Amino acid sequence: MTDLLTLAGVHTHVGRYHILQGVDFAVPEGQTTMLLGRNGAGKTSTLRTVIGLWQASAGQISLDGQRIENSATPDIARLGVGYVPESMAVFSDLSVKENLVLAARDGPLDDTRLEWIFSFFPALRRFWLSRAGSLSGGQKQMLSIARAIVEPRKLLLIDEPTKGLAPAIVVALIECLAEIKRHGATILLVEQNFHAARELGDKVLVMDNGKIVHRGEMAALAADVALQERLLGLSLEAHQ
Amino acid sequence: MMILSGDPPRSRALTLILVVVIAGLAITPLVFPGAKAMNVATKICIFAALVASYDLLLGYTGTVSFAHTMFYGIGSYAIAIALYSMGPSWAAVATGVVIGLPLAMLLALAIGLFSLRVEAIFFAMITLAVASAFLVLASQLSWLTGGEDGRSFQLPELLRPGTVLISRGTLGFELNGRVLTYYLIFIASAAMILALLRVVNSPFGRVLQAIRENRFRAEALGFRTVFHLTYANCIAALVAASAGMLNALWLRYAGPDTSLSFSIMLDILLMVVIGGMGTIYGAIIGATIFILAQNYLQALMGAASNAAAEAGLPLLPGLLHPDRWLLWLGLLFIASVYFFPTGVVGRLRNPPRKSA
Amino acid sequence: MTDLAAIAALPKPKRDFLPVLLPVILALAMLPLIGSGSSWVTLTVASFAMGMMIFIMASGLTLVFGLMDVLNFGHGAFISVGAYVATLVLLPLASWVQADSLLTNLAVLAPAAFLAMAVSGALGLVVERVLILPVYGQHLKQILMTTGGLIVAEQALYALWGPQIIPLPLPTSLRGSFIIGDIAIAKYRLLAMLVGLVVFCGIQLVLNRTKIGLLIRAGVENREMVEALGYRIRRLFLGVFMVGSGLAGLGGVMWALYREQVHASMGNDLTVLVFIVVIIGGLGSIGGCFIGALLVAMVANYGGFLVPKLALVSNILLMVAILMWRPRGLYAVTSR
Repeated sequence: MTDLLTLAGVHTHVGRYHILQGVDFAVPEGQTTMLLGRNGAGKTSTLRTVIGLWQASAGQISLDGQRIENSATPDIARLGVGYVPESMAVFSDLSVKENLVLAARDGPLDDTRLEWIFSFFPALRRFWLSRAGSLSGGQKQMLSIARAIVEPRKLLLIDEPTKGLAPAIVVALIECLAEIKRHGATILLVEQNFHAARELGDKVLVMDNGKIVHRGEMAALAADVALQERLLGLSLEAHQ
Repeated sequence: MMILSGDPPRSRALTLILVVVIAGLAITPLVFPGAKAMNVATKICIFAALVASYDLLLGYTGTVSFAHTMFYGIGSYAIAIALYSMGPSWAAVATGVVIGLPLAMLLALAIGLFSLRVEAIFFAMITLAVASAFLVLASQLSWLTGGEDGRSFQLPELLRPGTVLISRGTLGFELNGRVLTYYLIFIASAAMILALLRVVNSPFGRVLQAIRENRFRAEALGFRTVFHLTYANCIAALVAASAGMLNALWLRYAGPDTSLSFSIMLDILLMVVIGGMGTIYGAIIGATIFILAQNYLQALMGAASNAAAEAGLPLLPGLLHPDRWLLWLGLLFIASVYFFPTGVVGRLRNPPRKSA
Repeated sequence: MTDLAAIAALPKPKRDFLPVLLPVILALAMLPLIGSGSSWVTLTVASFAMGMMIFIMASGLTLVFGLMDVLNFGHGAFISVGAYVATLVLLPLASWVQADSLLTNLAVLAPAAFLAMAVSGALGLVVERVLILPVYGQHLKQILMTTGGLIVAEQALYALWGPQIIPLPLPTSLRGSFIIGDIAIAKYRLLAMLVGLVVFCGIQLVLNRTKIGLLIRAGVENREMVEALGYRIRRLFLGVFMVGSGLAGLGGVMWALYREQVHASMGNDLTVLVFIVVIIGGLGSIGGCFIGALLVAMVANYGGFLVPKLALVSNILLMVAILMWRPRGLYAVTSR
């Protein structure tokens, strides 16, 4: 199994804050890697650094054998990276359709793929021509994910998709992500919800203070409650 | 150190230049009593104070105002209109001050409360609009301001050039009303600059800098940023209006071109950036460089332009024409924002180190 | 495409129509004050024509701000440059301008306008690369750099063309008015209205119907996400900046013809007006800019007719009134 994405000794500074302090990990192709950790551990910063929204101040990042730590965000995206930010960042002034038209960089929307997306995000079909700003939180999250998968991407970076959503919607969303995973996607997924992480993850990384403090199989961590307590502590309060 | 509020020039070269400039200004009436030299020296004094007050806004709070000449103009016109309508008396001067300063302050307060809660760009645009409306107003309300012609007036007896206080024989130079006016301006400008130095080094000044660095954090720390910014705006307006009053006293005239025009605003911007933002001292350096260049470099450009014209070169005569000196200054301005954002003072304080 | 358009959408969110009604309400409210119906029509047409010219000049500025958070204080320079460049065509071909044939007149006006747009647009390229790119994201320096650019451009125009006012007569067939009953409507104003509407519709079409337009609208809202979708927003921005500069140049030509003279200070004078329009409309909003331009022109024309003294500060009063009502302008586009 090859590693699609590797980070080696990555440091990131934002302003005068030293946020990532030597991050090393690899994301194997075709699997879902969970990135866990308490708030402020550097999970979102890791994703932002990979996609190039923040420039790594040191270290190497490779995507599919290509070095990207000095590339600009659009160039990284064009290598086949889909990004679902924590804020969802749907373009609220644009319709659902227009959001997806923009996301389909390489040409017109592909009907078959669209049908596949509608099969698990039916709301997007219903509100196809509505302003994205008028969608509910869960629907916006679906649109944000749909944007990342509207064309095949090598790697999906997804930042806390379940954050702030009602439990019923979280369950549905996990189902959808599982479907995307079955479709063969490689995913790096930041998640606070341990239940979701256990459902989806193959591999797991735990961050603290800008470093990776644990790496291994998700199943192993899921089975070891003591390890969970030690690594994740308070962050598991929401754990079902 | 007390008089400098614990904020000395912090550079030997800068200290030397400042001493030379200030000493030069102090002895100008004794050494160069000619009208041109006196005018240049006066203008340097007045603009040093005016630019220093602008630096309080631009350098210390990071807000760009295009309404600074408006306050300068209010001061000028207050003196001019008072002396014009009440006749040349000290009571008229006092009336001008008593009306002009509160007016400037109220206007600054209104603008500040109205638009300082938004970010720098918005504030810059609004001040530009307000200032241009004020300029139009001043040149149209002829019954009050004299319109485009402005208002000329007579000074009180004591300040008139014809008033000889000490004749040439006694001291080797003549102390007349003109020289007295000059020293009045010199001392008032120096006092205002020292006062501004005190302001920026007070706890209040530190808050302003905190706001400039990070407005949100300053707000999070519990500072009412709008209050502080408005307060700074009012202080700057008061100093600008005072500088305008001095200007009117020296010129015995106030008109749109000498006190309100947009080009004066640009001059102020150029001076503060070239001298060094956020230093106060930069105002003295910037004003000196700019006004000396304005008065003496233009002659040089005229000569160069004529030479180019005689040599039959295309374009150059036009580009080097003395009236085009702002072209070169504008280029210098852009270059200094880009390459020397800290201006002359910043350069002298932190000479560029060769990177290894 | 599957037949998705037929699917019922959410109930439309309430569109904010109040600002759109504002010019209409203002115009109707003025009717009884002005008294004479024919004067009212003349003034209203004049407002519309003036508003359209200001809109053309302001549209680029507001888009550039919305997209990249860049405010070009030197925007007025493009206006002046456009006007001067047009004289390069209009003055040598004066005989065409004076010919009493609409076709001949337009045959010289159109190339003059296109040249003005092209040169202003090209200058926009230089300004963006030299003055804005190096200080991108730093507001204070942006204001200073572009103000410096304004000084240099104005002085360069004086150096190249001299400081005197250049008269620029209107083409013969655009002089005079159409008389309908006792209503007189200046021909040139009709042309200005027409051009303004074409520009407005053109911008709206591009923004709503093309992928570039979608990108611009998306970029106004969230630059980072547009980049994360793989689009080079810097290039998009450069394009918008150049088009905006070109439009300012077009507005400059139209304004110069309206006033029948060209002078380097016109850019400066109009900058203030353009800023007021952009503030009133809400920075970044094309629709707001359109309404703002109309309102400013109406206040100037009606005000000038009713209370000439007030006309001097009427724009400021309008701005204050609008900002009291909506502190971020009529249409607040971005969260910035």
